[in-house]
Amino acid sequence: MDKQPTTRRDFLGLAGGAAVAGAVPIVTLRPLDATPAMLSGAIRNVVGEAPIRNGKVKLDIPPLVENGNTVPMTVSVASPMTAEDHVKSIHVFNEKNPQPNIGNFHLGPSSGRAQIATRIRLADSQKVVAIARLSDDSFWSASADVIVTLAACTEEVN
Amino acid sequence: MAALINVPPKAKRGDVIEIKTLMSHIMEPGYRRTAEGSILPRDIITSFTCRYNGAEIFRADLFPAISANPFFSFFTVAKESGKLEFEWIGDNGFSATASASITVE
Repeated sequence: MDKQPTTRRDFLGLAGGAAVAGAVPIVTLRPLDATPAMLSGAIRNVVGEAPIRNGKVKLDIPPLVENGNTVPMTVSVASPMTAEDHVKSIHVFNEKNPQPNIGNFHLGPSSGRAQIATRIRLADSQKVVAIARLSDDSFWSASADVIVTLAACTEEVN
Repeated sequence: MAALINVPPKAKRGDVIEIKTLMSHIMEPGYRRTAEGSILPRDIITSFTCRYNGAEIFRADLFPAISANPFFSFFTVAKESGKLEFEWIGDNGFSATASASITVE
């Protein structure tokens, strides 16, 4: 999504407007990124009204990455992966990319082990959330904070 | 389209085996701008499926936040000898398949 820099003119216009309107504090202009509200919206789309509990899920992602274009990520869930008790799906979300979704991964008892790995893009330093849906339709989650030095997704193409 | 598939050629019955796949694809997220300011249209793979002798064992929905040349690692139980089939589907009619055989003893 557009990450247009605030021009001097826009800023002065806003500041002037604020001064006219009274002592309104200058609000930081947020770029059109996924906000925590979009993150929770995307999570609710998957989970619905069901409670999400912490635990069972392990999210392995480096805490500090230089290049946000390829961040290795592994999600594993403590589960016996039997027909009665297995992981149905793993959903991964982010907080500040243009879109809150990263990927949905569908597994089953034939997976044997509830673990997936891939490489993701992160447009900013942010929180990554992994949620697992178990066969009894309970949801478990884990999150991790990642600091990104070089952002992905929104850079200019040379 | 170039796909890299890593499946153990042989396994013992009941073993949990790791499968690794990589498909070459730009995964253009649809948010990048050229120097002239126009937005590059989205061009990503949206779906990846793995079937083991016809039965789906792993499926992924991909979003622009998946890196270029999507890589996946996942697991399955080696049940019987046969074929693993992989399918990638994406924007602009993108479609690619690959397969690998496994011998289970």
